[in-house]
Amino acid sequence: MADRAVDRTISDLPLKTVYEPSDVADLDVKRDLGEPGEFPYTRGIHPHMYRDRLWTMRQFAGFGNARQTNERYHFLLAQGQMGLSVAFDMPTLMGYDSDAPQALGEVGKCGVAIDSVKDMETLFAGIDMGAITTSMTINGPAAIALAQYIVAAENSGIPRAELGGTLQADIFKEYIAQKEWIFPPRPHVRIIVDMMKFCTAEMPKWNTISISGYHIREAGSTAVQELAFTLADGFAYVEAAMAAGMDIDTFAPRLSFFFNAHIDFFEEICKFRAARRIYAHRMRDQYGARDPRSWQLRFHTQTAGASATAQQPENNIVRVAYEALSAVLGGTQSLHTNSMDEVLALPTEKSVEIALRTQQVLAYETNVTNVVDPLGGAYFIEALTSEMERQALEYFRQIEAFGGVIEAIEAGFFQREIADASYRYQRSLETKERIVVGVNAFERDETQDDLNLLKIGRDVELGQARDVQAVRATRDAAAVEDALAGLKRVCRSGENVMPALIDACRAFATEGEIVDAMAEVFGRYVERASF
Amino acid sequence: MRWPKYLDGMSNARHFEGDGLRRPFRIVVAKAGLDGHDRGAKVIARALRDAGMEVIYTGLFQTPEQIVRTAIQEDADGIGLSILSGAHMTLFPLVVQQLEAQGAGDIVFFGGGTIPADDAAELKRLGVREIFTPGAPLADIVAFVQREAGKRRERVG
Repeated sequence: MADRAVDRTISDLPLKTVYEPSDVADLDVKRDLGEPGEFPYTRGIHPHMYRDRLWTMRQFAGFGNARQTNERYHFLLAQGQMGLSVAFDMPTLMGYDSDAPQALGEVGKCGVAIDSVKDMETLFAGIDMGAITTSMTINGPAAIALAQYIVAAENSGIPRAELGGTLQADIFKEYIAQKEWIFPPRPHVRIIVDMMKFCTAEMPKWNTISISGYHIREAGSTAVQELAFTLADGFAYVEAAMAAGMDIDTFAPRLSFFFNAHIDFFEEICKFRAARRIYAHRMRDQYGARDPRSWQLRFHTQTAGASATAQQPENNIVRVAYEALSAVLGGTQSLHTNSMDEVLALPTEKSVEIALRTQQVLAYETNVTNVVDPLGGAYFIEALTSEMERQALEYFRQIEAFGGVIEAIEAGFFQREIADASYRYQRSLETKERIVVGVNAFERDETQDDLNLLKIGRDVELGQARDVQAVRATRDAAAVEDALAGLKRVCRSGENVMPALIDACRAFATEGEIVDAMAEVFGRYVERASF
Repeated sequence: MRWPKYLDGMSNARHFEGDGLRRPFRIVVAKAGLDGHDRGAKVIARALRDAGMEVIYTGLFQTPEQIVRTAIQEDADGIGLSILSGAHMTLFPLVVQQLEAQGAGDIVFFGGGTIPADDAAELKRLGVREIFTPGAPLADIVAFVQREAGKRRERVG
């Protein structure tokens, strides 16, 4: 009987007992794999990969207020971390100031609260913004966060052209999975294209969009859905920028991707390899990109939060290590390893350190970095890579049948596919068809007493509310009004919004005020509830 | 409706499936605050529906007032609130307060999410009937809702 867990990956892809040459009979090594660093980059985007340069170890961090998170950044940099990655709190991600009624109970909980340029300056105090790279996980208000970052850097004497980093700015996956949107899809896409144009002209070291499958997977998708939906989103941004008159080779080299490293080891490796091959072909053959850098899919990876368990949380250290290994064998450019306690709360300093050490052991002790794409050519790996590619292309056809990504979002297609997959998976745990150690097998009675969890108190919310009110009380009110009026004007006229956003941030307009001004023009998105 | 195999053997479940005399339990599954993590809420909503209950999913970003109003308007037996953003110590107590203020304290109020054990204990002390954390079996949640909603029906008819 075929219906057994050993016959399917965690995403329900079929598996054979053993793979043989006949499983890769269609594979043309030169056409489908190439050499590492050569089209279609199945084996990696660099000829020598980690022999020349390790991946960037970048731990996502943010909690409480800007001062607390700044301390954590100094700690992480001192431990050998190579770049910063900002986690914002929910009100910041949704465009509300810390004293807004909607922010009640959420300030500083899931990340750091940033209301104005003042907070952004505190966040990077004592850190050379010209020397580090910063990744900012923010989408709805991404352009505002970038404007705040630019102004904070300029106030410390660093011109925007020297700033290196990545803005997530992937609004499609918000509607699909993460659900932190502000405006309806079309105005959001216009803002993103404005931001791409601005960065292309003025910030040569800045990566404009990090097209993210991570949250799609966390919302319960399969690996194939993560692969297909993420790439479809990426292609939709490419098409939007081209439709706005941009030459693909001016912006494509600075697009990057962000994937999940889940627990099904080989499936993940194949997902990364398939992603590179699909992307290279489409960028060159369909969109006509001529610069090889436009064909190369670069990506960041984070281990799967959804694979971590609240039960016996120390076991998560082991899961993270396997997941990190799959990301490295899949050729990632940077990596975040989750901390064991993140399923319960924000991670403590101790657990973050173990997560970072996990990467360092992988990089410096295991020697998996010495050979490029060591699994390339294995019958199983190549067969599964091709199967995932085939299934992703089938999803592209379905999305195109809706008319494109926005239309498929509006029809609830992605949301339904993910909810179905997530429920199927949950049921397979209920029936013990799939085993999760400590959850539905090998359980033991336990208390959480021995874990020292990091909790964010109400004092953070009250303090942050006082701070933002102080900013409003001490700035030049007329300058703020002018800046916000100017912003609304460009939102209406169709001029690039970035300069007006920078002006508003310089005048100490708060994030909530800026979003309210833009929402007057663009409106706010409301999702139809379904399950 | 096809009965999910993993729910076999549950005490009173089949009773409701075929019982035409009593209307099925009605449960509001809610998301509050700014928390967009809706995977858990949707899975619970489907599990309760598959167990024969009527489920109203509020969608995202509801206030405690909106959630309680929906439950009263829908004559719901229970409210299940899912929070993964860390705002649980603020939002759960507000729903309890609203239920009491509206004279709807009989509605079975339970929840789940990333909630540390000591917070869960405190929330139960404050009047939340049960807190389910990641890894809780769906069958346990379904059994809890059926038991507590059944008791409520006996009390309020």
